[in-house]
Amino acid sequence: MKLMAQLAMVMNLDKCIGCHTCSVTCKQAWTNRSGVEYAWFNNVETRPGQGYPRQYQDQQRWKGGWTLTKRGRLTLRSGSRFKRLLNIFANPDLPEVADYYEPWTYDYDNLLSAPQMDTTPVARPISLITGEDTKITWGANWDDDLGGGPEQIGRDPVLAKVSDKVKLEFQQTFMFYLPRICEHCLNPSCAASCPSGAIYKRSEDGIVLVDQDKCRGWRQCVTGCPYKKIYFNHKTGKAEKCTFCYPRVEVGIPTVCAETCVGRLRYIGVVFYDADAVLAAASVRDDKDLYPSQLGVFLNPHDPRVVAEAERAGISQEWIDAAQASPIYKLIVDYQVALPLHPEYRTMPMVWYIPPLSPMVDALSSTGHDGEDPGNLFGAIDALRIPVEYLAELFTAGDVGPVRASLQRLAAMRAHMRQVNLGEPVDPEIAESVRLTTDEIEAMYRLLAIAKYEHRYVIPSAAGSDAHRLDALATGCSLDSDGGPGMTAFDVMDDKFHLTQQPADGNGVAAPADKERRINLLNWDGKSTNGLFAATPAHRPHTNGAGNGAANEAATEPESAAEPIR
Amino acid sequence: MTTLLWLTLPYVAFTSFVVGHIWRYRHDQFGWTTRSSQSHEGRLLRLGSPLFHFGLLAVLGGHVLGIGVPASWTAAVGVSGEAYHLMSVSFGTLSGLATVAGLAILLYRRFTVTAVRKATTTTDKIMYLLLSTAILTGMLNTLGSNLIGGGYDYRATVSPWFRSLFTLSPQPELMVGIPLSFQIHALVVLVLLAGWPYTRLVHVFSAPVGYLVRPYVVYRTRDVAHPGSRRYARAWETAPPRR
Repeated sequence: MKLMAQLAMVMNLDKCIGCHTCSVTCKQAWTNRSGVEYAWFNNVETRPGQGYPRQYQDQQRWKGGWTLTKRGRLTLRSGSRFKRLLNIFANPDLPEVADYYEPWTYDYDNLLSAPQMDTTPVARPISLITGEDTKITWGANWDDDLGGGPEQIGRDPVLAKVSDKVKLEFQQTFMFYLPRICEHCLNPSCAASCPSGAIYKRSEDGIVLVDQDKCRGWRQCVTGCPYKKIYFNHKTGKAEKCTFCYPRVEVGIPTVCAETCVGRLRYIGVVFYDADAVLAAASVRDDKDLYPSQLGVFLNPHDPRVVAEAERAGISQEWIDAAQASPIYKLIVDYQVALPLHPEYRTMPMVWYIPPLSPMVDALSSTGHDGEDPGNLFGAIDALRIPVEYLAELFTAGDVGPVRASLQRLAAMRAHMRQVNLGEPVDPEIAESVRLTTDEIEAMYRLLAIAKYEHRYVIPSAAGSDAHRLDALATGCSLDSDGGPGMTAFDVMDDKFHLTQQPADGNGVAAPADKERRINLLNWDGKSTNGLFAATPAHRPHTNGAGNGAANEAATEPESAAEPIR
Repeated sequence: MTTLLWLTLPYVAFTSFVVGHIWRYRHDQFGWTTRSSQSHEGRLLRLGSPLFHFGLLAVLGGHVLGIGVPASWTAAVGVSGEAYHLMSVSFGTLSGLATVAGLAILLYRRFTVTAVRKATTTTDKIMYLLLSTAILTGMLNTLGSNLIGGGYDYRATVSPWFRSLFTLSPQPELMVGIPLSFQIHALVVLVLLAGWPYTRLVHVFSAPVGYLVRPYVVYRTRDVAHPGSRRYARAWETAPPRR
């Protein structure tokens, strides 16, 4: 056994409202540059829909991920190593920028500089690739909210796998959003495709990264990734991808997409797994066995043998604690409500999804039924066969069993919590019917519905102290004692980022007790630090300028009142 | 003039080639890439690029044989002058035509596809000019001199001259009086070699043959234990503090 730790994410699709905040903040943080204008490390696509890039799930065409040879050995779908090298001069399966969309801007200058004339000047679209006038024909979210109708949505490769009936009925029954980032797979086919060995998986946290110095631009990884989450920077000639915001998670704070998620639907945590078991798990014959076989790779962090093995592997206590408190492990293994995206690609993805129940509740309510009655809801999950089959094509290689089980647990949770909240007698059979106890179902409810920041993101920051030490090596100064004349900005940032210790910034927890002590950058005049740093209560009236004073104190009260129902 | 063209220039070019590559490898790993334009246009590239690259590899092999191996050696293993000539002309013509056809497609693509044209730098343009001239004069040497002009035995002049540069007993006088197209070809190639490390041609030296034997998934640890293990400091890093 080779125990390794992996940072993983779970997204609760029930809560996604498709606001694209994650995409926008990610773009601002990582791909707001020329060369990757068309790249969205995080994107939100409407399902059913073609996705981004268009029809990326059609692996007959794009040849992403792994497949089994006739003898049952795992091999890249795009071919053997030798075949890939023969194709190195022109990759036959490479999506072009047009398959994503041609990025554009507008000729805003014309609005100001146009001479006086009878008509209003317009800002014409200009291609960011050629710099010439362009016609906008596609975008990263062209079919958002089923835009384009059946003509566009009908080209969804996942939809094509579900029976023909769907095409006629789905618009009345079903639509949801699917936010996607890099899956940081346990068996990454992008890394396996890279001829230069520039893509690697970090052994500490499993984050998959591209070494920009070692990448030679052979662009095989773009084909190799079945999720099409590797992007070719056409300016630098190097591959780029989602980094799981490693500079942030290294100091214990969540990725930008998770941090800014309006619906608070993302969870980040540590999962232990057996790296030696990955290959066998990814090589099982039947696609439908891939989800259970991936579950079998994860190790129970509460098992003393696993803890001992983790210690033997040099994993710190902080990481072991994080693995035991991991919301990911709970959602994936304990409650089994989260499912992997396209396990049939055999990459062992590590960003999992809780399938959406809300569309079924809505469908039920709109027919005049009680959408949260357990009997009605359980019946609806089976009756709304098409959405379940569609979800199964996304999450379990077409096996409706696990999807139905997950939806039933979510339905049972709703029904149970309604009884609790309305003060009705609790029917223990609801929980039993989905093989959970009432305590478990309430714990699951707290995690899904009201978990605070520190419960949604359990990210060990052990690496952070190391980073601080190293940074001090590179940029420190001998006068850098705490509060000394050479105290660097890093110390402040470190203070700010080390949320698990002493948060100086309100970002640390959802309702921090010391909210009034947060750093207020609005007061910074660039000369003095008055009013900028955490004020001690004693002289707060003197230093606290606009903003963070009394109003926050008042705000603390109702928030603590809204604590979880226990 | 003879000394300048056929003695000084080659050594300057070789020095630039070797030193330039070492310098660039040490200081510009980030810039070391194919700078592929396939993400802009794929149809023409899929046709032209393999033709060009495989043709060029064959051409390179032909040069190693024709210039690197002395005529006496091929004769010693029983290959007569006529047999060698026939082989060199037929294979040379074949691979040369593939290269030229590929080059034509790629150049057409580069200048007609707007996105690709816009991605072309000045260095690229100079490199394409040199490379095209080298390939076209080479083609002319194979086709013109051998097929039409009755043949020219470069193995008596160009090849010994080239080898003499490496045995450090240069014989620049061998290049005097050879056909002009051979002279131009050699000169252009020398200039191309001199400029090689400063263009995208460096990607030739990152041919990923190691991929065939590497494990599929590469694991790496965070570089925390050895922060100073990088041989060259990042430009934005300051010197470590003296404590």
